Amino acid sequence: MGGLGVAFLEALDRLFRLDAQVVEIIALSLRVSLTAVMLGTLMGLPLGAAMAVGRYPGKQAAAVVVNALMGLPAVVVGVVVYLALSRSGPLGGLGLLYSPAAMVVAQVVLVLPLMAAIARQVVEDAWRDYEEELAAMRFTWGTAVVTLLHDCRHSLLVAVLAGVGRAMSEVGAVMIVGGNIDHSTRVMTTAIALETSKGDLPLALALGMVLLAVILMVNGLAYGLRVWARGRFE
Amino acid sequence: MSALFPLELAAVSFRPNGQEVLRGVDLSLGGEGITVVLGPNGAGKSVLLRMLCGLLQPTGGTLRWGSAPGPGREVAMVFQHPMMLRDTVLANVGLGLKAHGVSRQDRVARGHAMLARIGLTDRAGQSARQLSGGERQRLALGRAWLTRPRLLLLDEPTASLDPSGVEAVERIIREIRTDGTKVVMTTHNLGQATRLADDVVFLADGAVREHAPVQRFFARPVSPEARLFIKGELPWHVGF
Ligand SMILES: Nc1ncnc2c1ncn2[C@@H]1O[C@H](COP(=O)(O)OP(=O)(O)OP(=O)(O)O)[C@@H](O)[C@H]1O
Ligand SMILES: [Mg+2]
Repeated sequence: MGGLGVAFLEALDRLFRLDAQVVEIIALSLRVSLTAVMLGTLMGLPLGAAMAVGRYPGKQAAAVVVNALMGLPAVVVGVVVYLALSRSGPLGGLGLLYSPAAMVVAQVVLVLPLMAAIARQVVEDAWRDYEEELAAMRFTWGTAVVTLLHDCRHSLLVAVLAGVGRAMSEVGAVMIVGGNIDHSTRVMTTAIALETSKGDLPLALALGMVLLAVILMVNGLAYGLRVWARGRFE
Repeated sequence: MSALFPLELAAVSFRPNGQEVLRGVDLSLGGEGITVVLGPNGAGKSVLLRMLCGLLQPTGGTLRWGSAPGPGREVAMVFQHPMMLRDTVLANVGLGLKAHGVSRQDRVARGHAMLARIGLTDRAGQSARQLSGGERQRLALGRAWLTRPRLLLLDEPTASLDPSGVEAVERIIREIRTDGTKVVMTTHNLGQATRLADDVVFLADGAVREHAPVQRFFARPVSPEARLFIKGELPWHVGF
């Protein structure tokens, strides 16, 4: 058997033994990314909906800007958040640099525009369909935003999912602001990068497989929910 | 409370981008009964209703809702293709109340009562988007009725419904009228106009050609356009 085959078997072995190092890294990854996505959801979806409802000057320009921010490179976000959190930066007093909290901040900055942009698109489509009737019922702007967010709830899952995918798979931002410190800020992606360069392929492979499995599971769950919702409400 | 009536239109025109849709509409409508707006396709009936709802502004002339500053919550409108939220029938019937800030608990109670009146009780928990055209139209009427408007605008409420669907909708419209709501509606069904209308407004070429009590309108139309329109569209004149 070649080197790759051996590495693969050892990777499986480590996973099934629930290797302490592997478990620790996975747990931190999930904690950081899911916290970031939760915060991104709480801010990004209402932000996108608020942008979508109503007519105001600069609406199209605002849409272009959030759409562009969707593709923000993770390393750039990492550098910006690093500068903000570093001792001489505006948020340096918080002392967050090289902590899981710093990684959450960076991932929030990364997923927020993505989630807002998807939410804006989804909600704006619905708003166009309903605009006239909502106006006839004398909906206020705020009530319309809330009502549309609720109406689009199943489609907005896509935005949440996209956030999970982006947060879990990026390396650049967490590497820079977290520092990839063992037992402290090492997550799946940074560990994979490090272990691969060190030549510890089994660990890198094991983590890679878990990463894939998590993303598949999340997507499967969301897909099932969408199918159920479509049968129920469309 | 300021009075919403009479609705007064004086020389109202609508010329959004060069195209003349309404030119010099003069009309006065009181707060009682059912007014049916008739006229050929493209006459501007839907535009007129949207103006009365405050959704479109005249480009010329004046439009007044009695002494009220404008159309507020006492004016409701049901569109030809009513929108349904991706939610239950019950949630959809309470949507107008939601806009008025009524609590969820009250919406549920009043929603159920309304579903009983419009014959959709056993559909309460179903998806509103799965209703038939006739059921949707009843739901939309109930949704508007629930907000107890003084003026209800209906744009072709029975277009593409079968005879029993038409009858169900007409029954609800009569009940809404009996409840003290002024109804202004459009239709292409002249039989329906004779069944429901107290007075008829006949619109053609962007102006009001005739405004008369329903019997007078059908028995002795004054304008040649109205005469032709009645001849061409009354079902018992269709030869086959
Ligand atoms: N919001 C709008 N802005 C500009 N033009 C409009 C608008 N709504 C309708 N129109 C135009 O006004 C004209 C009259 O339309 P309207 O829908 O009022 O006719 P209608 O009498 O309701 O006809 P139908 O019997 O087919 O429903 C049409 O030529 C239409 O294109
Ligand atoms: Mg029309």
